[in-house]
Amino acid sequence: MLDFLNTLDRRWVFLAMGLAVAIPILLGIGATEQPTAQTQRMFDYIEALPAGSRVLMALDYDPSSEAELTPMAYSFTRHCCLKRHKLYFLTLWPSGPPMLDKTISKVVLGEFDSSGRPMKYGEDYLNLGYFPGEFGAVNPICSNLRQSKSQDSKGISLDALPMMNGVNGGKDMQLIVNVSGGYPGAKEWVQYGSTPHNIPMGAGCTGVQATQLFPYHPDQLVGLVAAIRGAAEYEAILAKAYPQYNELRWRDGTRRMGAQQWAHRLMIGLILLGNAIHIASRRGRGRR
Amino acid sequence: MQKTVPVVIAGSVGALMALAFFSPPLLWMREKAEEWFTILAAIAMLLGGTNLCVHHLRRISDREAGWGFSAVTLLTFVITVGVGVLKVGVVPESARNLDRAWSGGYLQEGGAFWWMFQYVYSPMMSTMFALLAFYVASAAFRAFRAKNFEAALLLVTAIIVLIGQTPDRDFLPEQLSFIRFETLTELCKKTFVTAGQRAIMIGIALGVAATSLRILLGLDRSYLGGDE
Repeated sequence: MLDFLNTLDRRWVFLAMGLAVAIPILLGIGATEQPTAQTQRMFDYIEALPAGSRVLMALDYDPSSEAELTPMAYSFTRHCCLKRHKLYFLTLWPSGPPMLDKTISKVVLGEFDSSGRPMKYGEDYLNLGYFPGEFGAVNPICSNLRQSKSQDSKGISLDALPMMNGVNGGKDMQLIVNVSGGYPGAKEWVQYGSTPHNIPMGAGCTGVQATQLFPYHPDQLVGLVAAIRGAAEYEAILAKAYPQYNELRWRDGTRRMGAQQWAHRLMIGLILLGNAIHIASRRGRGRR
Repeated sequence: MQKTVPVVIAGSVGALMALAFFSPPLLWMREKAEEWFTILAAIAMLLGGTNLCVHHLRRISDREAGWGFSAVTLLTFVITVGVGVLKVGVVPESARNLDRAWSGGYLQEGGAFWWMFQYVYSPMMSTMFALLAFYVASAAFRAFRAKNFEAALLLVTAIIVLIGQTPDRDFLPEQLSFIRFETLTELCKKTFVTAGQRAIMIGIALGVAATSLRILLGLDRSYLGGDE
C-alpha cells in the first residue's frame, strides 16, 4: 500500500483537483463568507461617500487573473453605480482595456441601462483607457491627467465631456479604487498616487499580492479586498445592504468560493497524506 | 561621449526629480520630465517590438535549437500587430464617420483584434494560470513534507492558513476561540506576515535609495549595459 502511494501517478492528483473544482462549479455550490474588517471598511467607505462623488476605477489586471479579480471589479462598480458615483475607468496594463470594456458592458450598461436610472457616458462614467508608463504614469494621472491624455478611449476630447469639468486628475477624486493583478498595481498607486496626493484609496488584489499590501492597511488603504474570498465577502455585504443582489447569479465570487474551498480541502488532505506516507516510510526504513 | 551623455542625462533628471519633490517651484519641471517619461515609455514598446523581431530572426537564420518556436513567435507577432494597426473588421462607430473606415476603435467588439483577444489570448492566459492549481496540488502531495524542523514549521503554518480559508475553520467551541484556526490565521497574517513584509519593504527602500544615489553620482553605470 505504502509503495503504491509513494509511486502514485500524479495524474490521479490532477484528476482529483479537476473534480474538486469542476463539481462545485457544475452543481452551482457556492459558499458565503463572514466579512473581515478590511472588506467591511472598503464597503463602508464607498457607502458613506455622498452620491455623485468622483471615483477613479483603476482596473490593473489582464485575463490571467481575470477569474480571481473580475468578481470584485464587478462588485465595486455595482456598488458605485448604486450610489450614483461618477466613475472614471482606466488601466495601467496594455492588456487591460478589454477588462474595462467587460466591466462597463456587464455592470454599468448591462445592469443599470434598464433600471430606469441609466448611467450616461461622459456624465456618469467615463472610459479613459490605457495609460503607458507603468508606475511613471501614476503621478501624472493624479496631478494633471490631461498631461498624459487629451482624449478618452473613444477619441472624444476630454474637454467635451461634462464629467471632466473642473477635473484635472486623481487629486480631484474622492476615492481611488484599484483592482490589482500585479505590477503595476495597488502598491504603485499607494506609493506614487494616493499617498503623495492625499487621495483616499481602497484596493482589491489577488491572494498572492495580499501579503504585500497588508502593511498599507488601514492607514494608506481605506479597505483591502483580497482574492476570491474577499470578493465573496464584499458580495455578502452588498447583498445585505441591497437585497436585490442576494441571488447567486449576481454573486460570481460566492460561486467561485465553493470551488476554491473544495480545492483547499483537497490540498490539506494531500499534504496530510503526503506527510503520513513520508513518516511511515521513514519508520519502515528505520526498522530495516 | 557615448557613455558620458547618458550618465549626465540620468544624473541631472534624477537630481531634478529628487529636488522637485522637496521644492514646489520646481514642480513644473518634474511634471515635464514625467511627460517625457510617458512618451519614452510608449516609444520603448516600439523598441521592444523591434528587439523581439531582431532576436528571433537571428535565431531562425542561425537555425538555433528551437528556431521553430521563434518562427511561431514572429508569425503571431506580425499577425497581431498587423490586425491591430490595420483595424481589420472594425467599422465606423459614429454615423458622422461612415466615410472614414478606420475611425472605429481597434478593440471594437466584433473586430479581428477583439476576436483574437477574446478567443485566443484570453483563454490561453486563463489556462496557463489555471494549470497552477494542478501543479500546486501535485507538489503539495509529493514535495511538501516535514523533512526537517524548518520544513515542519512551514508545513504547520501552511496548514493553519489553508484551514483558515475554509468554512471548516470554526469547528472548535467558542471557549477555545484563542486557538481557532481563524484566530491563528489572522495572527499569522497580521503579526508575522505584516512584520516580515515591512522589514522587506524598508530593506528594499534603503537599497533603492543607495542604488539611486550611485546612479545620480555616475558610480553605477550598469543600466547602460555591457560590463560597466
